[in-house]
Amino acid sequence: MFGKFLKKSKNRNPDKPLTRNIVDGRAYATLSDYQSTGGYEGLRTAITTMDSLGVQQVVKDSELRGRGGAGFPTGLKWSFVPMGEKAPETKYFVVNADEMEPGTFKDRVLMEKDPHQLIEGMVIGSYAIRATAAYIFLRGEYHLSAERLSQAIAEAYQQGFLGKNILGSDFSLDLYLHSSAGRYICGEETALLNALEGKRAIPRAKPPFPQISGLWGKPTIVNNVETVCNLPHIFFYGVEWYAGLGRGKDQGTKLFGASGRVKNPNVWELPMGTPIREILEEHAGGMQDGYQLKGFLPGGASTDFMLPEHLDVLMDFDAIAEHGSRMGTGTMIILDDKTCPVKMVLNLEQFFSRESCGWCTPCRDGLPWVVTILEDLIAGKGQASDLELLEHQTKMMGPGNTFCALAPGAMEPLQSALKYFRGDFEKYLERPVVKEAE
Amino acid sequence: MPKIEIDGTIHEVEDGQNVLQACLSTGLDLPYFCWHPAMGSVGACRQCMVTQYSSPEDTKGRLVVGCMTPVSEGLRISLNDSEAVEFRADIIELLMTNHPHDCPVCEEGGQCHLQDMTVMSGHTSRKYRGKKRTHRNQYLGPFIGHEMNRCIACYRCVRYYQDYAGGQDLGVFGAHNHVYFGRSEDGVLENEFSGNLVEVCPTGVFTDKPNGKNYSRKWDLQTAPSICAHCSLGCNTTPGERYGELRSVVNRYHGEINRYFLCDRGRFGYGFVNAESRIKTASIDHQEVVGEGNAVEHFRGLVQIQETVIGIGSPRASVESNYALRELVGEDQFYSGWTEAENTLMETALRVVRETDAANPTLAEIERADAVLILGEDLTNTAPIMALAVRQAVRNASFDAAESVGIYQWQDAAVRELAQDLLSPLFIVSTGSTRLDDVATGVYRASPDEIARLGFAVAHRLDSSAPGVGDLAAAASDTVKEIAEALANAKRPLVISGTGCMTAAVLEAASNIARALASAGKALSVVVPDCNSMGLAMMGGHGLEDAKKVVEFGVANTVVVIENDLYRNAPRELVDDLLGKAKNVVVIDHSSHATTEKAGLVLPATSFAESEGTYINNEGRAQRFFSVMQPSEEMRNTWQWLADAGAGDWSGSDDIIASCGNGLLGFKGVEEAAPTAEFRISGMKVPRQSHRYSGRTAMRANLAVSEPQQPIDRDSPLSFSMEGAAREAPPSLMSTSWAPAWNSNHAIIKFQQEVGGSLQGGDPGKRLFQPSSEANWYDGIPASSEPVDRRWLVVPNHQIFGSEPLSCGSPAVAERIDAFSVTLNGDDLARLQIESGDMLELSIEGNTTIAEARQDDGVPSGIAAVGCGVPGSEGIAWLKQAEIRKRG
Repeated sequence: MFGKFLKKSKNRNPDKPLTRNIVDGRAYATLSDYQSTGGYEGLRTAITTMDSLGVQQVVKDSELRGRGGAGFPTGLKWSFVPMGEKAPETKYFVVNADEMEPGTFKDRVLMEKDPHQLIEGMVIGSYAIRATAAYIFLRGEYHLSAERLSQAIAEAYQQGFLGKNILGSDFSLDLYLHSSAGRYICGEETALLNALEGKRAIPRAKPPFPQISGLWGKPTIVNNVETVCNLPHIFFYGVEWYAGLGRGKDQGTKLFGASGRVKNPNVWELPMGTPIREILEEHAGGMQDGYQLKGFLPGGASTDFMLPEHLDVLMDFDAIAEHGSRMGTGTMIILDDKTCPVKMVLNLEQFFSRESCGWCTPCRDGLPWVVTILEDLIAGKGQASDLELLEHQTKMMGPGNTFCALAPGAMEPLQSALKYFRGDFEKYLERPVVKEAE
Repeated sequence: MPKIEIDGTIHEVEDGQNVLQACLSTGLDLPYFCWHPAMGSVGACRQCMVTQYSSPEDTKGRLVVGCMTPVSEGLRISLNDSEAVEFRADIIELLMTNHPHDCPVCEEGGQCHLQDMTVMSGHTSRKYRGKKRTHRNQYLGPFIGHEMNRCIACYRCVRYYQDYAGGQDLGVFGAHNHVYFGRSEDGVLENEFSGNLVEVCPTGVFTDKPNGKNYSRKWDLQTAPSICAHCSLGCNTTPGERYGELRSVVNRYHGEINRYFLCDRGRFGYGFVNAESRIKTASIDHQEVVGEGNAVEHFRGLVQIQETVIGIGSPRASVESNYALRELVGEDQFYSGWTEAENTLMETALRVVRETDAANPTLAEIERADAVLILGEDLTNTAPIMALAVRQAVRNASFDAAESVGIYQWQDAAVRELAQDLLSPLFIVSTGSTRLDDVATGVYRASPDEIARLGFAVAHRLDSSAPGVGDLAAAASDTVKEIAEALANAKRPLVISGTGCMTAAVLEAASNIARALASAGKALSVVVPDCNSMGLAMMGGHGLEDAKKVVEFGVANTVVVIENDLYRNAPRELVDDLLGKAKNVVVIDHSSHATTEKAGLVLPATSFAESEGTYINNEGRAQRFFSVMQPSEEMRNTWQWLADAGAGDWSGSDDIIASCGNGLLGFKGVEEAAPTAEFRISGMKVPRQSHRYSGRTAMRANLAVSEPQQPIDRDSPLSFSMEGAAREAPPSLMSTSWAPAWNSNHAIIKFQQEVGGSLQGGDPGKRLFQPSSEANWYDGIPASSEPVDRRWLVVPNHQIFGSEPLSCGSPAVAERIDAFSVTLNGDDLARLQIESGDMLELSIEGNTTIAEARQDDGVPSGIAAVGCGVPGSEGIAWLKQAEIRKRG
């Protein structure tokens, strides 16, 4: 089975479908580059041989999970969209390309290097829910992605992959690229929808979920770039092939990355369930000379620290969760032994605090307070009770207590740092208190 | 009615509510900020967190936001669970990280929802050591003060201003804990309902600016239940007095009328009570008369010696005062104060609303209408709070849509998101642009006669037995079809009309439409000009033209005018003749004006703030207002002057209103609007002063150290003191709401049958109009009128600030009154080579007045919308053709 597809696709890296068109020395995959490896054939399969519910079923069978951080099963997410004659005529398929999680740069690679892959995935996704229009909500700073996607969208229209009666079917779709005005909260799917509507980027309460009332009040799916990039391959190579890609419980491949003081910070497509040690030591080349690994955030800034003792944990959603963190975006931030974890956490909390949309109280007023405490601590003005106060706030801003996941995410590196690196916090308390000039 | 368990006790709660509503409705205390009973839930502040248990076995539970959690059968929650209690205190602590500790100098102190909720949450000492963020404040106009540092970012202000009231110029800026609530730049808040920000804001960010200039704490204000005197809707208000001055007017909840909100005219229009123009002493030929007794003697002598005295009443005087005047002079000598044309108009308004077989809706019912036609009325400027109600009514389509996908009505953000611009049908047929156009399905502009013709045609289309309009223009026919279909398809169609375009045929057309509608839920609401226009119309009275004649012919030589500046509406020559030819002119009023200038005898009357009386609002509801403060010695209630002159020997307010109810047709039951002066609660009166009223012994200490006896009020069940039973007061006697732990206006929750519903004991007032089905088809269809070349039809342009005389005397409102203006559409202005802002000459039948030009492309060609009631507009002859030219 695997061999058959290999032959058909002339694929250089059949075990790395997402990055198969990313070739050293080539700026990006043009339409013909993309089509030469089977591009738009997955769409053809989906749209000419299956109905929408059939497409949904394939994705359910593939057990594809969202790559934006939460890992929600994609097919299940789609299944909540009203279908059939009674369903609203207008529906939307939105791609979340607002990649703003600190330490995360995976979607950017996919969009800059192989823009058609995303577009093909979007048409498949849109067909699956019978969306009438699709949007890419792109991080404002991703100028190169915007340029390449715009060109690819124009080409796709020309070739009949977008627009009226796609590939001769009764399915039509318009696709729009929207560059964000910028803010981290726009990555939250409902805040993204508000931003796309031209409103303040604040999250919406759920329920109602976007599948029922999303963009402009219509049924809407919001999927991450990488998630959508999986779709062409699932339809081109088949579910069975897809299931064979993962090494752990989860299916498919994933873009993993590493930043910090490693020898070779980068992003790589690897099977789901690749051990963390393999990513760090083989792909990232291990720590830079003179630095020891002290800990790492496995999936971006809003995930809990893990320790060197966790290196043999597999990078899949459940395995990471078992060790108290989240796989998140799968792009690791490495903490070395010469960097102060308290200052690193302060840096992160300053980011989250600044990026709070200001809607709910715990996040809006809690995060700046956390920053104040950490600043005091580092400035030698901390008090013994501050660590308990910080711990209390990590709980107060925990999941469910805030309006969206921003503050709970912001608490993850703090709560785990307090657990794993408590000595580093306490060290600041030992310093003589510097009296502030009155 | 699902049963839910709250801390081990089973409560039966209203289906479809959320947990916060349910808790509050059952009388429990649960703190909240972003939720508002009129605006629903958004889940932003996280203050109303409770613990929810998933099953009977669940002992740990999880925290859920009360306002975002629907009630359901078997729901088990705890308010007292330690985790929830701690979380709620934590939220307050977070809000306090930036909230200044300036309660002692904050105008909100003592009526602050944030203070109440802070105490309720149990948070006492803060751990935050950092600096507080600071903001720059803005100038927002004469009504609203701004102190942004106090903001706790509950978002209620912008949700109220933009989403509820339709305002555009107040927003939220910035992000994280720097969010800023204000305008994009300093400037006057444009929305006509901006004053409600003061009450919507849970703390002291938006404050009552006129009150702030000479401030008193809420608990130091002497208050009484009152009725707004500034339009015909009869919103319930609470004026507050200190040191003999009226200091503020705030909303007094009425479940069927104003509920939580007032318009800015009603809130800030009270300033005339304190103004220099108040008449404080009696005068004869402009010479002060010393002593009340002498004035009475003089007045009595005058009316008793003279053979024929005629009385001229007033739509802004109470039922009692008009009745006393009618009794003094006799029915045949009683004049309404309106011209013949106005009399006809008001008679028609009264007949239409009394005889219709459609419901005569309360404002709460207007909010529930699912299709609305406004025929010839610019509601925002003639009956402002009704415009706010219509703005809510158009949302009914979105509630239906939300329900169909399982979204509750209280999920405010979700409903708005789902609905987008889906609105229930609203058609506005008017002589120019209106402030509701932004939510209208369709607008149609025409002259008053054409508006009537369109209305008649709609009625005919709905029911072919209604008289038809033969020669309707083709463009109008499409509108007629569209309006008729929308109304016919509605379950609760509503027609709103009124006296706004001064054309009886418009009211008759509205009546025909209401009659033609088949739906059982149909309603017809009629708006009239003044606070007691309906009461006066019910009393009858001849027109001013007749008054002039009887004086001219010498049939009468003495004219008694009460609370009316005749020059404001009637033609100058008519009033000049009437007053000039009378031997004696007596004017009883509280403020001086052109008519008092012509009076030989002027008697000082009390204003609404110093007297008890009854107004009858547009729905025929009699409502009683009570004196907030003692008048200065010489002032007397108008009816008391008249009584002493021989109108009757009524023993007090109760006596005269009962006498009116028994004596006049249609007034039966009018005395039931409020309890009589004998009413007691456990032997006690209802106090006008709060139990925290301070300074009673100190306020006069600069004059004398002994504390005088509290004034005794024999005329009402209220006392001028702190003593009495406040909390048990029936709604018609309750001026402010207070309950333990609830010092802000949100205390009203404790007095409602359910949150946002009617008051316990029933909403005040006595509705005098009985359901009827006497209406016949009206067939007085005006003839089609062609525009006359180089002539403009003069129609009234009503203005919320300026068209109502009393509020014009308020300094804050005066700042908002536009110049006397003539509004034309752009093409007409261009043809006249006039630009907006230029001065122009308006000549009507040889009389020329100067006005400023304004442009509104909603005004049809050939029509001049002329500022109505604003200074400069006195005596304009309405609905006549005028010449207009640029002032050379």
